[in-house]
Amino acid sequence: MKSNQKPVSGSYFPRDRVRQPDAYTPCYKTSVVRSPHKALISMNNTLSEITGPVFGHSMLGDLDNDMMTNYAAPGETAIGQRIIVHGRVLDENGNGVPDCLLEVWQANSGGRYRHAKETYVAALDANFGGCGRCITDDNGYYIFRTIKPGAYPWPNGPNDWRPAHIHFSLFGHAFAQRLITQMYFEGDPMIPHCPILRTITDQNAINDLIAPIDLANTIPMDARAYKFDIVLRGRRSTMFENRMEGN
Amino acid sequence: MAQKLNFLKESASQTAGPYVHIGCVPNFCGIEGVYPEDLGSRMINDKTEGERITIRGKVFDGTGTVLKDVMLEIWQADHKGLYPAVNEFRGVADANFIGWGRSPGDYTSGEYVFETIKPGIVPFIDGKPMAPHITFWIVARGINIGLHTRMYFPEEKEANAADPVLARIEHKVRIPTLIAERTGDGEYTFDIVLQGDNETVFFDI
Repeated sequence: MKSNQKPVSGSYFPRDRVRQPDAYTPCYKTSVVRSPHKALISMNNTLSEITGPVFGHSMLGDLDNDMMTNYAAPGETAIGQRIIVHGRVLDENGNGVPDCLLEVWQANSGGRYRHAKETYVAALDANFGGCGRCITDDNGYYIFRTIKPGAYPWPNGPNDWRPAHIHFSLFGHAFAQRLITQMYFEGDPMIPHCPILRTITDQNAINDLIAPIDLANTIPMDARAYKFDIVLRGRRSTMFENRMEGN
Repeated sequence: MAQKLNFLKESASQTAGPYVHIGCVPNFCGIEGVYPEDLGSRMINDKTEGERITIRGKVFDGTGTVLKDVMLEIWQADHKGLYPAVNEFRGVADANFIGWGRSPGDYTSGEYVFETIKPGIVPFIDGKPMAPHITFWIVARGINIGLHTRMYFPEEKEANAADPVLARIEHKVRIPTLIAERTGDGEYTFDIVLQGDNETVFFDI
């Protein structure tokens, strides 16, 4: 270790808590007793926050980003509307985030999850597991193939249904960028009624979670495309701070 | 009119939900054959340097009930205080240490477990040492945005007393919520309380 190394600075932009959901959101009942009531303690990023784990492309299997087949019997595919979901992971400076691990999970086309705690009566699909993953390329681009998930009911209000959605877990380059979110589908009539979406009070922030249909990248006679860009926190870059390589 | 800043805005978080296991630890929840193993399930191997430790704990809600659908991740330096990250420029971390781990709470007991090594000292922004610590990130159904906290070590009394992050906590009575309990040789318990009198300190990092 170099003893005269300057301390590394260059914090990530503070999280914009106005655009993020509060912890305590009574419309989403489970949050009521699972939300911290005391104020978060603000701190500047240290090395512990501006570093993060590294995932190599070599860990990926050929079918990891194809949920249509990665759990299916040989020669078979999951039942449902065939779709491609693709886009870029960007930071708040507008730069693509390369080598970003995305893990995705979703219900099957009937709205049923493959999970021991799932109680919905919709049928399981023997050829659908519901998990996928990919790592962004040098431009921050990712792509996966799946079937469009179904809407499903859940015990919150007496008649609450989740709009069709895909869960996304993302690693940037820093643990400060760690994010889990959900992607929704343009035109879904359940979106305005969703208590989990309503935990977000900024309508622009909600709109940014809704993927539009992408006819340009739709494969004729095969699969429709949805384009979904995701933004992770950006980082200060100033000559008055110790610049890190590649920044 | 001035120019526009044109920064993008971070995507809004949404809860990990009750089925986070499907995407993050599919083998744990019975979806086998897609990935060879669950990411983050092994942090160390036979060659990893440093003192072996095991951290266990549970996450409690505001009624004192244990969460049984939680997922935790930890991120830490190696035994010398170096992070196994691409932007670690102070040196090269132990190649046999990943630094990152992921553990779902047990479906029945809610207990999480990490088998790792005790981290070394990492400098604060001003170069002064931070006490050995492990960053925790907690997600679950009912948690709208992942919660960041830190675990410190009870035997590091002097280092903890000088730690610049702990020093930022105005209400000193809350600091013990960040210090694990040593329950045996290399064995620690670190419970997390989401809400209430003994609420764990969470950070806006």
